[in-house]
Amino acid sequence: MLHDGLSLGAAGERPGRLWWMGVAAAFVALMVLPSFLNIFQQINLSVVFILALLALSMSFLWGYAGILSFGQTAFFGLGGYAFAVLALNFGETTFSLLAAILLAMLFAALFGYFMIYGRISDIYLSVMTLVITLIFEKAIKSTSGEWYVIGKVRLNGQNGIPTVPSLRVPWHPVKELGVDGVFYLSAGLLVLVYVGLRLLLTTPFGRVLVGIRENTRRIELLGYDSRRYKLAAFIICGGIAALAGVLYGVWGNFVGPDMFGLKRAAEVIVWVIVGGKSTLAGPIAGTAIVQILKTRLGSESVGEWLPLILGVVLMLVVLVFRDGLLAGFGGAIVWIYRHIRGSAA
Amino acid sequence: MTGAPMLQTLGLEKRFGGVHAIAGVDFALADGELRCLIGPNGAGKSTFFKMLTGQMQPSAGRIVFAGTDITRAPAHEIGRLGIGIKNQVPDVFDGLAVRENLWLAARRGNAIAATRQIVGELMARLQLADIAHRPVGELAHGQRQWVEIGMVLARQPKLVLLDEPSAGMSAEETNRTAALIREVNKTTTIIVVEHDMQFIRQIATKVTVFHQGQILVEDAFDRIMTNPTVRDVYLGRQASA
Amino acid sequence: MQDLASYLYLISYSFAIFVLISLGLAVIFGMMRVINLAQGEFLMLGAYVCVEATKAGLPLWLAIGIAGLAVGAFGIVVERLIIRFLYGRIIDTLLATWGLSLSLIGGVTILYGPQSVSVGADLGNFQLSEVYFPRYGLIVIAMALLLLAGTYGLWRFTRFGLVVRGTMQNAPMANAMGINTGLVYMLTFGFGSALTGLAGALLVPIVGASPQLGLSYIAKAFITVIAGGPLPLLGTTAASAIFSTIDGIVSYRASTVVSEVAVLLIAIVLLRLLPLGITGRLRRGL
Repeated sequence: MLHDGLSLGAAGERPGRLWWMGVAAAFVALMVLPSFLNIFQQINLSVVFILALLALSMSFLWGYAGILSFGQTAFFGLGGYAFAVLALNFGETTFSLLAAILLAMLFAALFGYFMIYGRISDIYLSVMTLVITLIFEKAIKSTSGEWYVIGKVRLNGQNGIPTVPSLRVPWHPVKELGVDGVFYLSAGLLVLVYVGLRLLLTTPFGRVLVGIRENTRRIELLGYDSRRYKLAAFIICGGIAALAGVLYGVWGNFVGPDMFGLKRAAEVIVWVIVGGKSTLAGPIAGTAIVQILKTRLGSESVGEWLPLILGVVLMLVVLVFRDGLLAGFGGAIVWIYRHIRGSAA
Repeated sequence: MTGAPMLQTLGLEKRFGGVHAIAGVDFALADGELRCLIGPNGAGKSTFFKMLTGQMQPSAGRIVFAGTDITRAPAHEIGRLGIGIKNQVPDVFDGLAVRENLWLAARRGNAIAATRQIVGELMARLQLADIAHRPVGELAHGQRQWVEIGMVLARQPKLVLLDEPSAGMSAEETNRTAALIREVNKTTTIIVVEHDMQFIRQIATKVTVFHQGQILVEDAFDRIMTNPTVRDVYLGRQASA
Repeated sequence: MQDLASYLYLISYSFAIFVLISLGLAVIFGMMRVINLAQGEFLMLGAYVCVEATKAGLPLWLAIGIAGLAVGAFGIVVERLIIRFLYGRIIDTLLATWGLSLSLIGGVTILYGPQSVSVGADLGNFQLSEVYFPRYGLIVIAMALLLLAGTYGLWRFTRFGLVVRGTMQNAPMANAMGINTGLVYMLTFGFGSALTGLAGALLVPIVGASPQLGLSYIAKAFITVIAGGPLPLLGTTAASAIFSTIDGIVSYRASTVVSEVAVLLIAIVLLRLLPLGITGRLRRGL
């Protein structure tokens, strides 16, 4: 079955030579790609990589740790805004990048601790993640007044912060990352995170996570404290989302409240659902597909229709395609194939 | 019985609203025993097990295991202290392979090399080697029970609780399970909840009969089988006061 | 003394808002265990129906009533087309209702544009100490209490309420007794939707109708219902009381956004201490 090849059974096993070769090939291809693309294509592709990171942060948490988080955008936005504030205040971008991610992870640790160690039900946890991102959005949107300042940086409410500096090369601080630099960085980091998560799954930690997703009661009876593992996964994924947020800010030299907003949060869910949460590569593909479709379908007029379309897609997927659109199509193809074979036999 | 009991419950109670699922149980188990728990459905056996393993909190009373009070302890702590349970409805990782299930069970508290060794030994002992890579969710009920038993044994627990281990097994599988239990009993204390009297006959020494949330009688298997009160309870007649 | 009166008004008003936005969700989530992420959009729809009704010349109070009925009917449609297939599938319900929420926001934005539309309630102001408060606020408070009492009465004292409670507790048994459980679910969902639609309409003279209206309030509604715990009416009342007290005080001293964050923090701490909600340990009651 198409499913088996992509399914979780393989997750705990160390990836084979074929996988490593595939990853290396992809990496090389990505590094070579900019020479074939014009500036706009590079820009569009870079943001796909960045958003794919965000999608990964949500899908790993959901598909492998069993935590459905609507609120990864909270860390996405937090990372972006923290970077903006720190970089604009201190002028140092590398430090700001790391500090922003750390800050977001700290926040994930606090929020996660209260929720997960309180042993609230999984559903409540999911709703609370949505609540967090909505409240963040509201809070940031209301900071229009000129007294909402951190250091020398105005938070600017609805309008966001448009002067987010580009990343400076750490060992050559005069040089800033241009369009191609951002491309290399985001592509490279995406591959790195992907490999990292894949390897994490082969570690005892990763395998316990999958056990938690499969049967929390049994994991606990075996002596594992599931709360610790869930919290760790939550923090890691918060960090990944924050990394994506920083990259996003650097990519567009801009951070705004829409990073936290419902539309963005919805898009994340749609990417993951389209790509399927059972694999690590799926959400990356899902993000690429949806984003490319978006840019193909044009901007303004479609932009208005986007939430409606997203919403309908979501409802359809839930009611009709249970395992994600890709798997759904794959399954449909297999079904058709079998039927053809059956009638021929 | 030599020395202090390995497991003891004192005045254990569990109320669900107005229902007394467990209505005052004083239970004692000696080190190395193989005890069977029997009783009609609803007598409270599974509830009793759930409280022993921290899956449920007692309403009153105490549970003492190897000298430690575990009345309020959470499930993962009790797991670490050395109590393993095979639940009535198999509690396994359906989406993972047999080997993965055993690996996770063996890993906690053991180094990687030791883990691999334990998993290998278990698969040989339980004859699971040829289905090592199959997802447990696809296995027959009897095989799933064995995987779960394997996971419990992987922890090398001091006390093993088996809730209906022979359910859904063929005659041959049932015999193998009985033999396995007897063998495990050489090194581990076991409590078995069962309905299948033929199965109990193969393993039992002392039997505890539960009825309406309390212990009705405790005795050797043969005497229990001829006890008229026990028969009445199973047939639904009121146990005489 | 004057400040006290102001605080009292503000807290009562905040309590009313918490109750109004949460009551429908409490019925749907608390009674049916359905997480409806589109509940905020029911609020929004109620607001727009109210606006349209008043534009058509109807008096405000009638428009509000119609909004309730209209959204109630819409809720029934949603239940039949979507929710009904997803009972027991909690994650899928979350995702599907979120899809619905997005669709509604998107659809309304296309139809009406993103700006807000309002209707005035010209009842004038009244004075407490040296501050003026709108008289409409008193109507809001009164309506909240009325709806709360009405829902409680319906649930507790009528045959319909008994049938609903029985079905929620044990549907197979209710079926066996001849109760059409599908109908019960449908009506309960409709009732919860109607309550929220009413609340949305009530909010129109205060904040106006806009596509984002639901989003502004849904976070608060969910916090309230979750913190309230398994007994929907008692829990919502208790949680609303706690949160409105904090909100009333903090928003008076600082700003509404600060109070929103404060309520969130208090909710998180509350859930840490009482993970099942305020009424988590209670067995009886509504």
